[in-house]
Amino acid sequence: MYFLIASGLSLIYGLMGVLNFAHGAFLTVGAYATWWTSTHVGGGPGTKLLVGALAGVAVGAILAALVELVLIRPLYRRPVEQVLVTVGLALVLSALVEAIWGFDARPFPVPPWLIDTTTVLGASIPNDRFLEIGVAVSVLVGLTVFLRYTRYGLIIRAGVENRAMVTALGIDVRRAFTLVFALGGMAAALAGVLSGVYFGVVDPGRGTSLLIFAFIVVVIGGFGSIGGTAVAAVVVGLIQQYANYYASSGLGDLAVVLLLAIVLLLRPEGLSPKVAH
Amino acid sequence: MALIAVDDLHVHLGESHVLQGVSFEVPEGGVTALLGRNGVGKTTTLRAMMGLVPRRGSVTLAGEETTKLRTHQIVRRGIGYVPEDREVFAGLTVDENLRLSERSTAGNGASPRYELVYELFPELQSRGGQRAGTLSGGQQQMVAIARALLNDNPVLLVDEPTKGLAPLLVTGVAAALERAAELATVLLVEQNLAVVERVAQQVVVLDGGRVVHAGPAAELLRDRDRIQALLGVSGGGH
Repeated sequence: MYFLIASGLSLIYGLMGVLNFAHGAFLTVGAYATWWTSTHVGGGPGTKLLVGALAGVAVGAILAALVELVLIRPLYRRPVEQVLVTVGLALVLSALVEAIWGFDARPFPVPPWLIDTTTVLGASIPNDRFLEIGVAVSVLVGLTVFLRYTRYGLIIRAGVENRAMVTALGIDVRRAFTLVFALGGMAAALAGVLSGVYFGVVDPGRGTSLLIFAFIVVVIGGFGSIGGTAVAAVVVGLIQQYANYYASSGLGDLAVVLLLAIVLLLRPEGLSPKVAH
Repeated sequence: MALIAVDDLHVHLGESHVLQGVSFEVPEGGVTALLGRNGVGKTTTLRAMMGLVPRRGSVTLAGEETTKLRTHQIVRRGIGYVPEDREVFAGLTVDENLRLSERSTAGNGASPRYELVYELFPELQSRGGQRAGTLSGGQQQMVAIARALLNDNPVLLVDEPTKGLAPLLVTGVAAALERAAELATVLLVEQNLAVVERVAQQVVVLDGGRVVHAGPAAELLRDRDRIQALLGVSGGGH
């Protein structure tokens, strides 16, 4: 889940130099769009979740592309204003969600087979974990293939290195910006869907609370690196859970911050610096 | 008629007024060299023509004003750019660097000129899968020039292509420039006067953000005193 949020953040910062604090709001909006759609379509919980997820991901992509076109594009080369706009947007979007659907958590359409557990080597593992891992791996593979084998992927990888030189080859890099925002929005919305499945409910503060850890993952993984982000997401997730489980509940967050400090001291550029691959 | 006309071009970078009304013309065909001491605004002139820095004034290409256009639109009018310090994409392979530069030249349907590029720089073909960041300076320069030559550009802006290269490689780059000049009009920023003597027909000299001399290259290069006064170096042979 961290990977899904962080991959978009990482590419957006790597290519465009935009710290997108509204990224968590994309997750919340995607989750709510999924929940809302699922309450308005017929069929069993599986169908509801699938249709809802498709709608949620589409809404995430459209919202993110619109944000880039309307709010971010006029503010290129003005990083402070960009940060202010994305922070403001994050507040506005969560306030909007609260105003429309209230503070209370809404039950998410989770098919019973996702709540069941499967025994693997003696350990009972809830089935939704397999879904989450499967989706994250699919997104990782999909993004890697996209970055490596398509022309837009090539433009994005080059743009992460040297944006000005890409335009000096006659390429309108702004289209790649919109695309990266849309992809980031899709991945964040997908994280929203999975967090809904994981927690069984969706609430207005979901995106913001996950965003902080996503930023840590991005810093540890190296901005602009999808591979680095994936590794960092797994490391952060494991450390957080192990510390919570074996030490004391609540220590997980502290352990993650400690890890961040150690990485910043030893390898300030992150695990895999500034090359999209 | 001049193919490129630069008129009263101004650039401010931070507090510094780098170009203070640069005006010159580049005739069609051959090589025009843009000369001057370090820091007089040669690179900034090329970057301003490319729209890579905020600028004021006029730059026309075949009669069309380009200062209102964005960089990628200027390039699509048919300008190839070889930047100072090569600026190859280090994380991309040689092939990917070249593929990224391919432009479907709308209208004439020309395909990328890989034969030309590989004829000039055979090494790029054998090193296609190598990451550009692991190439030597000379090889990176080949990639940078190849990127500009790949498309059928009527104009090439080339910024110090021999900077930091060994003498043997300088000769190779000069040969590539001569070949490029058969196909396009070249505006070349160059410190190496031997290269200028070999390839350029016209020169424009900048000093203090202004043009202080323009004329035939041979005429200036014969006048050692003038070269000393304008460029602060003795003429020929470096």
